[in-house]
Amino acid sequence: MKSSISIEMILLLAALLFVLGIAGVIIRKNIIFMLLSVEVMLNAAGLAFVAAGAHLGQPDGQVMFLFILAMAAAEVSVGLALILQIYHQHKSLDIDKLKEMKG
Amino acid sequence: MELIFYITAAITLVSTVMVITRHNPVHALLYLVISLLSLSVIFFLLGAPFAALLEIIIYAGAIMVLFIFVIMLLNLGKETAIQEKEWLKPKVWIGPAILSVILFAELFYLISMPHEASPVLKTVDSKAVAISLFRPYLIGVELAAMLLMAGVVGAAHIGQHKKLVFHRFLKEEEEEKT
Repeated sequence: MKSSISIEMILLLAALLFVLGIAGVIIRKNIIFMLLSVEVMLNAAGLAFVAAGAHLGQPDGQVMFLFILAMAAAEVSVGLALILQIYHQHKSLDIDKLKEMKG
Repeated sequence: MELIFYITAAITLVSTVMVITRHNPVHALLYLVISLLSLSVIFFLLGAPFAALLEIIIYAGAIMVLFIFVIMLLNLGKETAIQEKEWLKPKVWIGPAILSVILFAELFYLISMPHEASPVLKTVDSKAVAISLFRPYLIGVELAAMLLMAGVVGAAHIGQHKKLVFHRFLKEEEEEKT
């Protein structure tokens, strides 16, 4: 299957998704939404990898996508456990209320 | 083929914008599932059917189910939606939006810079991916296994509840022990 989609358009789409993810991380105050935006950014990176792999005809792009997938799964499990713990200790998911960490 | 790509890309972008603007967490999650599904269609169009399947199975299947479970555990319903509505004012999002637009303009400029003519996209079948995964990238696979192991152990350790000790004598005893 040969497709005639130009690589520029795909990279543009990946860039747009990444920028949307960054905007989501900055705008939102709820930790769950920030984690969702991080997922969007990881997806955009994966899309760029797969597009580059298809462009060069090499399998390395999809291999990198697999690694991103595994990393995202591990990150989400730890992140959600942290969110549960934060909610149990503070009864809130507001990041401004977590100032006591002095981070 | 191109028309399908543009339609799918538009769906992806619209649903992603919905993800970062919804007030209700469950709505945002469902929009993210739509975004992931349309992204997997794009992977399929790019000639990466294996990546498309994994995107559906792992992202839209496993990871989103984790998110749904956490949202249900925390019982984030209408109160969170009202709270989010208060937080998400134009004053809050206008600055980051401008910064993001500038960043996107830079990326757009870099991508649209002239370079040599690009050949058409080629399909990379899953056999080539598997051979590449288990020969040159074998160490990466093992490291990913270790990372997943660390993720599981870390989640199990962080997620456990410590029982709060309300009785003051018990609490003092606990402190003396430590």
